[in-house]
Amino acid sequence: MAKFTKKKSGDLPAISTASLPDIVFMLLFFFMVVTVLRDSNLMVENTLPKADQVEKLMKDRSVFIYAGKPSERYRESFGTSSKIQIGDKYTDVKNLRYALTELRQKLRPELQDKVMVALKVDEETNTGIVSDIKQELRELNMLKIIYITTPGNELDF
Amino acid sequence: MARREVPEVNAGSMADIAFLLLIFFLVTTTIEKDSGIARQLPPLEENDDEVNIRERNLFIVNVNKNDQLLVNEKPMELKDLRQAAIDFIDNGGAPNGTADYCDFCQGLRDPKSSDNPDKAIISLQNDRLTSYKMYIAVQNELVAAYNELRNRESQRLFGWDYTEVKNAISEGNYRGNVEQAEERLREIQKMIPQKLSEAEPKRKGS
Repeated sequence: MAKFTKKKSGDLPAISTASLPDIVFMLLFFFMVVTVLRDSNLMVENTLPKADQVEKLMKDRSVFIYAGKPSERYRESFGTSSKIQIGDKYTDVKNLRYALTELRQKLRPELQDKVMVALKVDEETNTGIVSDIKQELRELNMLKIIYITTPGNELDF
Repeated sequence: MARREVPEVNAGSMADIAFLLLIFFLVTTTIEKDSGIARQLPPLEENDDEVNIRERNLFIVNVNKNDQLLVNEKPMELKDLRQAAIDFIDNGGAPNGTADYCDFCQGLRDPKSSDNPDKAIISLQNDRLTSYKMYIAVQNELVAAYNELRNRESQRLFGWDYTEVKNAISEGNYRGNVEQAEERLREIQKMIPQKLSEAEPKRKGS
């Protein structure tokens, strides 16, 4: 009889934490898979303008064009006038078509016709450079563009 | 000599290490969701046919190099642009009985302004030196004017907001008949088409 009474006495058994690492690892793997480390490092300043009438960007069918003033560490060698960046390097308007055609070929074949050009342009830039890009896009027949913005509205302060 | 057993490695700190990594990834993760104002560029055509557009059907928004607005040759503040654009699109100036008559417009029906939303064209002109910030702000206001009217009409006809349903469908979480909703979205788009033309800017600061 003593055998049974012994078990009854005593406090709550400690909760086993042995499976805690497993749970944490599972979460860890999830975040590791989801994380996208920036593949192209920005060489231009990129403060996006604000807008609230926006549509979502479909990433699988878009190519990115960045434009703005060169970042501080590139300013000595490239000056302060606005530059266009595609991929990892500066491009000028004349070379835009080669860079864009190259980027388009990296997309999945069935989506290449539906390509959407995402323009990430700094808010301090002049519209002139954007018009040059648009003109070039019209010649390339990539007519769908999207001006990437941040949530907000210029009107409220 | 007696064979000694290899002592077990203490795995108690495994959770700590994993937590550290987890927190690192949690902090660095930016689930990027870019969004923006989508536009369709006009195709490049060599032979530009002269299209005859009546002056009353044109809403010319001009942004100069100092980021000032000129709407139909009158200066305007950015905050008034949305309402002005709505008034213009929704005017419905064509007289009752003609083919252009707009039966759902709630505007002033001023014969000097646009005939109906289908005829109304907003032309956005800008200078090369206009700042991109202003340019986007103006575009945003004009798109907002269209969205507001589309919401009003879809609310009246179907009882939901155009923009809400459109976003829900593009995110794939629309509950209900997607095809029917898309059909209705197209119907609204046909009623109030987004006729926003972006002219190529003038070469030099004016």
